Amino acid sequence: MHKENLVLIGNGMAGVRTLEELLKLAPDHYNITVFGEEPYGNYNRIMLSPVLASEKTIEQIMLNGEQWYIDNGITLHKGKKVEQINRARREVIATDGTVAHYDRLIIATGSVPFMLPLPGADKTGVIGFRDIKDVDTMLDTASRYQHAVVIGGGLLGLEAANGLMKQGMNVTVVHLLDTLMERQLDKPAAAMLQKSLAERGMTFLMEHSTAEILGEERVTAVRFKNGTEIPADLVVMAVGIKPNTELGKSAGLYCERGIVVSDTMQTITDPKIYAIGECVQHRGIAYGLVAPLFEQAKVAANHLAKHGIARYVGTVTSTKLKVTGIELFSAGDFTGNDQTEDIVFKDAASGTYKKIVLQDNQVKGAVLYGDTVDGSWYFQLMKDGTDVSAFRDTLLFGQHHLGDSGHNPDTRVASLPDNAEICGCNGVCKGDIVKAITEKKLFTLDEVRAHTKASASCGSCTGLVESLLAHTVGGDYSATPKTKPLCKCTDYTHDDIRHGIIQHSLKTMPAVREHFEWKTPDGCPSCRNALNYYLLCAYPTEYVDDAQSRYINERAHGNIQKDGSYSVVPRMFGGMCTSDQLRAIADVADKYQVPTMKVTGGQRIDMFGIKKEQLPAMWKDLSAAGFVSGHAYGKAMRTVKTCVGSEWCRFGTQDSTGLGVKLEELTWGSWMPHKFKLAVSGCPRNCAEATIKDIGVVCVDSGYELHIGGNGGIKVRVTDLLCKVATEEEVLEYTGAFCQFYREDAHYLERTAPWIERVGLEKVKTAILSDAANRKALYERFLISQQPAQIDPWKARADGAEAAEFTPIMIEA
Amino acid sequence: MSKWIEVVELNKIPVLGSRLIKTRDTDIAVFRGSDDQVYAIRDACPHKGGPLSQGIMHGSTVTCPLHNWKIDLASGNALAPDHGCSNVFAVKVEGGKVFLQLP
Repeated sequence: MHKENLVLIGNGMAGVRTLEELLKLAPDHYNITVFGEEPYGNYNRIMLSPVLASEKTIEQIMLNGEQWYIDNGITLHKGKKVEQINRARREVIATDGTVAHYDRLIIATGSVPFMLPLPGADKTGVIGFRDIKDVDTMLDTASRYQHAVVIGGGLLGLEAANGLMKQGMNVTVVHLLDTLMERQLDKPAAAMLQKSLAERGMTFLMEHSTAEILGEERVTAVRFKNGTEIPADLVVMAVGIKPNTELGKSAGLYCERGIVVSDTMQTITDPKIYAIGECVQHRGIAYGLVAPLFEQAKVAANHLAKHGIARYVGTVTSTKLKVTGIELFSAGDFTGNDQTEDIVFKDAASGTYKKIVLQDNQVKGAVLYGDTVDGSWYFQLMKDGTDVSAFRDTLLFGQHHLGDSGHNPDTRVASLPDNAEICGCNGVCKGDIVKAITEKKLFTLDEVRAHTKASASCGSCTGLVESLLAHTVGGDYSATPKTKPLCKCTDYTHDDIRHGIIQHSLKTMPAVREHFEWKTPDGCPSCRNALNYYLLCAYPTEYVDDAQSRYINERAHGNIQKDGSYSVVPRMFGGMCTSDQLRAIADVADKYQVPTMKVTGGQRIDMFGIKKEQLPAMWKDLSAAGFVSGHAYGKAMRTVKTCVGSEWCRFGTQDSTGLGVKLEELTWGSWMPHKFKLAVSGCPRNCAEATIKDIGVVCVDSGYELHIGGNGGIKVRVTDLLCKVATEEEVLEYTGAFCQFYREDAHYLERTAPWIERVGLEKVKTAILSDAANRKALYERFLISQQPAQIDPWKARADGAEAAEFTPIMIEA
Repeated sequence: MSKWIEVVELNKIPVLGSRLIKTRDTDIAVFRGSDDQVYAIRDACPHKGGPLSQGIMHGSTVTCPLHNWKIDLASGNALAPDHGCSNVFAVKVEGGKVFLQLP
């Protein structure tokens, strides 16, 4: 596919986040070039205050080092300032003459500190607080001089002042008004903040207006309009920022306060040019905080990836002060008006102040000082427009006071911050879940899964999500019913359907759906796969497998990877191999230019990055060398892991490798409710880790211990001991019987570990141990199912089966 | 209006399955429903670009093989609760042959 050229001007947080989002959506769409004025990779600008305060280093705040640009094929021109955009030729030109052609252009030039046009403002030692260079200047000055003056008592000014004080300077904060951070704080909170900073040694000159900066070449003092003067070796201007529109203006883009953009982040003058971040004006607003920039980045990336479905509609913002030891949070309209009501708590002695502004029982704004743990909760309530009348009387006491706090473990999850990650697989935070529950009025785990993806992947966070659900909706929470229908297409359970299939001789999927009055004509990806398996298990010699009811991994007999390529794992029985086999695998890897090979946890060789079209030819070569499919992709028996055993090991009691090979020859190819693994250890040292496998055999002097139901997955489970037997023949018989019992009894997608916990070990022991006739019947049925199952799918496809599956249609248009 | 291009015989597409069509600009998945209705959609899930042609079809919906997003094949829209959309292409069957119209 032809790649377009995308050029980004500005290597800051907004621009690079856009690239990150874009690479997730459309990694191969563009040749990307980045121009950055600063001589670094991309760093977290909002963490400059902690760097100044020596709480973090520059290295710790780097977001993407230069390797990231290399890894993603991005050309980075660092330390190069773009001075011209030629829209007619679609080129950007840097001061050093570098030219880059663009099909699409992103301007993310950020903002510049607003410098007061005072007499003497050009002297050495007068700076803004914007980038690493400014921080370096401040640190350098602090090491040699005493007196710092920070003009501006806003968020940035106080962070700079705090940092300089930590570097040992005498710091005076000059502010035009009588309250600090007037855009974020009301008077009582501002007064408490000022008192606390003064106690740390900061000096304040409130209601002072600067007249002139004095000195020869370097600043020596600051004079105010009231005639007073104070000494100064460093003056930091932190009176605000202004969008950096210089380049946009010179390119003829329409600018007001910032470069004006539409809801898709395209400039309204030229749709080929996007603008994003602090240089932008969107619906009249120019943002100076990070959350809106990230939202904008997402939208711009979506548009650049040509999905074209996202719109930016503005952001409600909140503020925190990054001064260690001072807790401060504000959001929304915290001053209020005659339509609003205030709920206020103030305890000067403990240094705590909370004010919530309500209108019609909805939070409109909040200021918290001293205790900010509930800030994000209030912010959430505000953004959601939640009606708080039900808990208005305890609102100020925070989220802990909702529900039955202190009496059950649910409070643990309740006290987590909103940004605590609950579901690691899908990156879902507590806040996302709470929001989904309250906003969309969710009541069951399945609903939460559907809306947030939390616990939808590995499921290890299910308990947390359930607690969160119980806590958030309180008494209305309905626990997940114990008997769940198979899926949304039916009211019947897995067990109902499995029994029905046998009892009523239902032998095709349409017959099952008709009998159980399915609600959908074709079923869904859940029940299609389950029914296909249940029918295959019930009628192994009769049932015709339905390829379209299998996950792509089983349909393509390879594991689909994140980029749509596949992996190939040849079977190596019991982990054994010969030099010829290794050579054959190496030859195949060379021939098909396999980019990555690795030894798997199941002691086999995995070849990654294979295009689907290549699979049949590769399989043909592997078949010719004597390999069959390792089923490393299937809900099927996968591997038998072995240790060396008595042949070589000085501790080995039995031939564990040989037994492993026999077990694998017995079980390979069998379809299972879920993936299934075996292991054989030659002695109780258990080098094959047999006690975390679905079936583990541990050889001892007197015979073989059979262990079942182990799992090394997300939730590790050690096996239960099934029994001890004396001969290899018994191992094979008991193993086959156990496999068959599991195949016939478990629900589809239920591994042996949760299955045994659900049905109980006794039931399994009864079926296999107490009733020898039943065991033999199970083993017999297993052997019968294996006859049609042990057909190598790779060979069949290499010989032409399902050819269309692997052959794309090429058209010239 | 661009012309119709014959791409494949209908019976070469498995029922409730798809064929992958590669064009110079983009990959397109052509699906065949159990009622022989055909659909053509860009072979990329709006979520993370998963190959929809490799997904499982049910009704007029396909489930992406990577992260289980469900995409309506007629409109290209992701089904709630997900949001997103992939391009769909005009497609028709005449005389047992499937024709695509590319923009």
